[in-house]
Amino acid sequence: MTLLRKFRSLVRRMLFSAILFLPTTVFAHVGSGDAGGFLTGMQHPISGFDHVLAMVAVGLWGAQLGAPALWLLPVAFPMTMAFGGMFGLLGLPLPGVEVGIAVSAIVLGIMVFREMQPALWVSLAIVAFFAIFHGHAHGTELPPGQSGILYSMGFVMATGCLHGVGIAIGLVHRWEAGRLVLRGAGAVVLAAGLFFLWGAIA
Amino acid sequence: MSLWPKTAYAHLMSTGFGPFYDGVIHLIMSPDDLLGVFALSLLAGLAGALHGRSVLFSLTAAWLIGGLIGLQLYQEISLPLLNTLSFLMVGILVALDRKLPLWLVNCLSIIIGLFHGFFNGSAMSDAGGGILALLGIATGVFVIVTISAAFVISLRLTWMRAAVRVAGSWIAAIGLLLLGWTFRGGLSF
Repeated sequence: MTLLRKFRSLVRRMLFSAILFLPTTVFAHVGSGDAGGFLTGMQHPISGFDHVLAMVAVGLWGAQLGAPALWLLPVAFPMTMAFGGMFGLLGLPLPGVEVGIAVSAIVLGIMVFREMQPALWVSLAIVAFFAIFHGHAHGTELPPGQSGILYSMGFVMATGCLHGVGIAIGLVHRWEAGRLVLRGAGAVVLAAGLFFLWGAIA
Repeated sequence: MSLWPKTAYAHLMSTGFGPFYDGVIHLIMSPDDLLGVFALSLLAGLAGALHGRSVLFSLTAAWLIGGLIGLQLYQEISLPLLNTLSFLMVGILVALDRKLPLWLVNCLSIIIGLFHGFFNGSAMSDAGGGILALLGIATGVFVIVTISAAFVISLRLTWMRAAVRVAGSWIAAIGLLLLGWTFRGGLSF
């Protein structure tokens, strides 16, 4: 099978998988109780484009770095994000949260655009540092009255899935054209991060 | 034998087996219990078949014993913080993928089983579930550990083990968030 056919096949499979997650009609009981808590939790990480970009960028970068960063970054981000979320829930202040989130998109965008491959501990430290800002922002925004555990489950799973989307997209780096696409994606993330930063400080 | 059909007792009210399924459903509908069982299964599975078999029986037995003790109370006692700490800790251990000695894994499963079982038993006694409900919970624990641990033990590829570690980290992350929620102003389970 030619490379182009393989690429098309991969894109088709990804699109099909994405479409599977689109339908929202078959939700038996929503808006209250446990189902509402889980779904609300799942919706929260995708409620902000800045959050989505950063989490997908973590997956993109992990795919570029390869194993073990490929799966260590999606471990580091949710866990440190949960730390940040815990601090936000406890009411502990963290200055410059919105700036931190915007800068995370800038830094991760640069990493992907420049295909930078620092030492593993450096990449983990970068991801973990910015995850705290994301988690803190989510923690202060959590709605009362939801089921805490179901909300947390939905939240963490949605975050992990976004990393998975980034990793799945990042697999195209195996091909030369794919590497260019990834770098382009990094540039988009970088540009968006600059836009968010402008919005945060303006 | 096929020529001697007997009446099929479809309704649990007449068989009296309802509380057993109540117990099974109680486990499935209790995310804090489910996460603890699942995390321990992953931990045991990563360590190997011997650990998996051991946890299968130690966790189930401890859960049953804890439940029997809780049944004597006739009043529900619940400590969500303890449940949270249990799966948070085990989730971290799964993420680290350190092969713990058999005795330590068994101690962990016994302690967790006793506490979770105790809280379940007290809840069952308050709800009038009785020992049949407890057996249902224990059966649910047994089945979940069997399937989960066996699945993890069967994994051979490195990336699959990595995926299990990622799952452990997710469980730990859920625990961390829940800790913050607990101290924020109470839980609504």
